[in-house]
Amino acid sequence: MSISAILFWVLSVAALFSALMVVTSRNPIHSVIWLIITFFAISGHYILLNAQFLAVVNIIVYAGAIMVLFLFVIMLMNLNKESEPARHRWLQLAGGVSGGALLLVLVAALKDTELKSQQSLLLEGHTGLIKTLGQELFSTYVIPFELSSILFLSAMVGAVLIGKKD
Amino acid sequence: MPINYYLFLAIALFSIGVVGVLTRRNAIIIFMCIELMLNAVNLLLVAFSKMHYNQAAAAAIPIANPGIDGQLFVFFIMVVAAAEVSVGLAIIVMLYRNIHSVDINFLNRLKH
Repeated sequence: MSISAILFWVLSVAALFSALMVVTSRNPIHSVIWLIITFFAISGHYILLNAQFLAVVNIIVYAGAIMVLFLFVIMLMNLNKESEPARHRWLQLAGGVSGGALLLVLVAALKDTELKSQQSLLLEGHTGLIKTLGQELFSTYVIPFELSSILFLSAMVGAVLIGKKD
Repeated sequence: MPINYYLFLAIALFSIGVVGVLTRRNAIIIFMCIELMLNAVNLLLVAFSKMHYNQAAAAAIPIANPGIDGQLFVFFIMVVAAAEVSVGLAIIVMLYRNIHSVDINFLNRLKH
């Protein structure tokens, strides 16, 4: 077993465990911390796939900006284990069963795909480097890129308008 | 790594996100589970991008940057997720100011 295969398994187990802890932990702050660990594990997967730009953006945007926003809102509302809404046992059971059924159906449907023998290239290729992505982003995808700036502007205006005290 | 390992990992992460959305009642945790589902899809897109790169390299197909569309799509998903989080958290803060709770069971006023 090569070092990248070992890293793949370690990162997968870390991602799955911390994702489970996000769903199961009672304290919202702990959920946020576990979600940040999940994002770091997924960024490790990106590095393993040699998508370095996405790995860095994932850490900066998700773990750095979005999760800090979540933490900020949770601390602003002073949510903790006591203020957590009580969970209904039947609702939990039904949710677990339906999520497990979704997992089962997807795995059963995709278990024998033709793609099974295809390899996803590890630690090679220049597709994920910032130079290649940047050239493509500013030539072929320049219109969606500029449209996303309009999206950000409207999201900012919307957030300010909603959050304003009336 | 075979592509189906990534497929099953992404399916498992997505299903955990779905279970979280269905079982939790805290609006912020539900929002975080949606982020988890988005990230599972992102991981799968990057894995498929590298699979296409591998295929094109093996068959010596002369396209420039095979599989780059998947990674750019991940980039745009991150852009949309950031915009979505800012608006969504503003809505949750406004709800908290009105009903002093983040329990989604209090949000059934559209029914009446």
